[in-house]
Amino acid sequence: MNIHEIASKLSLDVKTTKGDLEREVTGCYISDLLSDVMANGKEGDIWITHQTHPNIVAVAILKNLSGVIITNKRVPEEDTLKRAEAEHLTIMTGQAPTFEIAGMLYHFLRC
Amino acid sequence: MIIKNSIEGSFHLTGGDFTNAGIASSELKSILTELGLDDNVIRRAAIATFEAEMNVIIHAIAGTIYYSIMPEHIKIIVNDMGPGIEDIELAMQEGYSTAPDWVREMGWGAGMGLPNMKKNSDEFKIDSVVGEGTTVEIIINIKQGLR
Amino acid sequence: MTFRKIIATLEAEVIFNSIDIETEIYSVCSTDLMSDLLRFSIPESLLITGLTQPQVVRTAEIADVTAIAFIQDKRPEKEAIELARQKGISLVVTRLSMFTACGKLYVEGLRSFPEDNK
Repeated sequence: MNIHEIASKLSLDVKTTKGDLEREVTGCYISDLLSDVMANGKEGDIWITHQTHPNIVAVAILKNLSGVIITNKRVPEEDTLKRAEAEHLTIMTGQAPTFEIAGMLYHFLRC
Repeated sequence: MIIKNSIEGSFHLTGGDFTNAGIASSELKSILTELGLDDNVIRRAAIATFEAEMNVIIHAIAGTIYYSIMPEHIKIIVNDMGPGIEDIELAMQEGYSTAPDWVREMGWGAGMGLPNMKKNSDEFKIDSVVGEGTTVEIIINIKQGLR
Repeated sequence: MTFRKIIATLEAEVIFNSIDIETEIYSVCSTDLMSDLLRFSIPESLLITGLTQPQVVRTAEIADVTAIAFIQDKRPEKEAIELARQKGISLVVTRLSMFTACGKLYVEGLRSFPEDNK
């Protein structure tokens, strides 16, 4: 499943314009701790988080993640989006809590 | 449950003391529970106090929580010797935070503290002087229907 | 969803239990941000988290959380277990990742908001 399909199935709001929406999502990692994602995130994972500050872009790029989903109606900081555009990283936001977004994604990816 | 006389007390807080962070709020919660107050009132008071307590631990050198439980309401005043807040309006915005990364790695400092205190209060006041400290006053009504 | 079903779904190890295993859990919050737990959690809920410090248990107590599930085989610190005993909060550990833990519980019908629970 690619980023675009996930965005449409989970009713996510795509906040960036320069990321590759056709990119294949190979897994998912959920954490609000940047160090945890640095240690355990895998290339191609989509990252679900509550964090909105610019450092998430650096982590996602370093780990070559396929995109970031910010949950629970949170709004990414302006600087976060600017950096994401510069790095061609897709950032999406969702209205639902992390648990629901994760659950729906699991349902689509695995079932 | 009717409270005839006011019940008062205080807790001292030490900045940076994460080991004991939350003990004061937990004790206040026990006191309110023993008084047999409404669960929702207890919950809101505990959450608002806990957020205030965490702010002192994260940002200040030291602080004090004063509480008084009166027949109509619970009043909680938290003051600290800390850096103060330059722009209170900005600090009240969800997601705005000046907490360092190591605090964020412990699951705190996501910029939800002050908004969450306000959300759980019936009346909420904040005063701050840069370089001196911050005082928050939280009032939670006990009587139902006042909210 | 009963606590029994949550334990079974997560293939979890019970570190400490203070409740009847048939107790209904009405809500769930998956987060590593303690402020989020205070803001969004609903009483009698399950917290799923990757943090293991005693502060997690203290925050859970303030937020009226019934049980905490630690993911990825992360073991709560000794002080956290002791505090959970004092406060009567149940602790379980699962080897599953946060994604798989949330996914399995969701597929079984657990939801964040009590009114959506099956």
